[in-house]
Amino acid sequence: MEQSTIAPQDESALVAAFEARIAAGESIEPKDWMPERYRKQLVRMMSQHAHSEVVGMLPEGNWITRAPSLRRKMSLIAKVQDEAGHGLYIYCGTETLGVDRQELIEQLVDGRAKYSSIFNYPTLSWADMGVIGWLVDGAAIVNQTILAKTSYGPYARAMVRICKEENFHKRQGYEICATLARGTPAQREMLQDAVNRFWWPALMMFGPSDTDSPNSAELLKWRVKRKTNDELRQRFVNLTVPQAIAIGITLPDPDLAFNEATGNWEFGEIDWTEFFQVIGGEGPCNRERLAARREAHDEGAWVREAAAAHAAKQQRSGTQAA
Amino acid sequence: MSASDSTMRYEGDVSADGLVVTGKTQWPLWEVFTQAGKGAPHEHAGSVHATDAEHAMQNARDVYTRRGEAVSLWVVPASAIVASAPGDAGPFFDPGNDKAYRHPHFYKVPQGVRVF
Repeated sequence: MEQSTIAPQDESALVAAFEARIAAGESIEPKDWMPERYRKQLVRMMSQHAHSEVVGMLPEGNWITRAPSLRRKMSLIAKVQDEAGHGLYIYCGTETLGVDRQELIEQLVDGRAKYSSIFNYPTLSWADMGVIGWLVDGAAIVNQTILAKTSYGPYARAMVRICKEENFHKRQGYEICATLARGTPAQREMLQDAVNRFWWPALMMFGPSDTDSPNSAELLKWRVKRKTNDELRQRFVNLTVPQAIAIGITLPDPDLAFNEATGNWEFGEIDWTEFFQVIGGEGPCNRERLAARREAHDEGAWVREAAAAHAAKQQRSGTQAA
Repeated sequence: MSASDSTMRYEGDVSADGLVVTGKTQWPLWEVFTQAGKGAPHEHAGSVHATDAEHAMQNARDVYTRRGEAVSLWVVPASAIVASAPGDAGPFFDPGNDKAYRHPHFYKVPQGVRVF
């Protein structure tokens, strides 16, 4: 096909046309013209999201060998495998913006890339597996359900696929919590301890408050984001509090109160110092997570090389299957 | 289409006999199409990296069909796909846009007759 020649227009006309498409609710596809800044923001957001899925396998993988029953073990293995798949869906979406997955993976193992702060907290007990599914995947669903309507087509489609699968993750987690909540005093105590440790980090998953979120305005304008961090956080709290009440678990926030007028569960002040510390690499497990990821990557090198060598040999001898 | 037509892009060192022996490799990209049920069309699901066609099939199965999403899979070297350019959308598809007589509602039928 003949390459179309775009008449020399100034950038602002292209931006105006692009923003008009966004305003009309059109989705932007890989080969469409887009402002460099839109591309950059998406690469940043999508690669951080993909990295989070990949690093997210580590705290849970930690418990596969110690799952208390075969049923729980099967679910946990399937969930961890899903997270790998989710990482791949989003890396694949990011590649449509002209970056290599290889490059992104190097940024992750080199410690140059960011990922969700929640995965830098340790998983100390079996109850953590329940609480991660319930709260962490629950928060991810709230975030991703909205991202499924993001303006960039490949990202939106990856989110639709992911949302379908995350529901299983949340339900299996909540089932573990509900079971422990009906269990022995020791089991209840283990669950309460896990909730106490994960509640605040789960709220931090939505990112800094709107008043302190440098990227939000631009992302909202281009409909990469459709709701603000604080709106999503509130939605998550409203959904989760009744679930905590239903299983008789206390959320560790003395300020948590229902506001009849707004219909919102109002919550206390988030410790943003902790958030920025963890994001900045000073969380309890940042080094451990990256070391584990790097080790897995390095130990898999021979497999990647062997597969490539095999393919090259097949190709050379002309026995490649059609 | 043979997989050997795809661009095999290795970033590692290549020995004299053409085998990749060390270093980082980036397996070629394959686009994946899934058929949700018999009789349904194959639809684009996403992509995978793989060394060859067989490997691409296995990766596509593991990544895109963990819950019975497909009864059939196609994998195609991404480099083999030719796509229309968004800038051409207007003129390129124009021949199909201004021919109302290709649609049934262009034609008048006597009142009260059921044509369909």
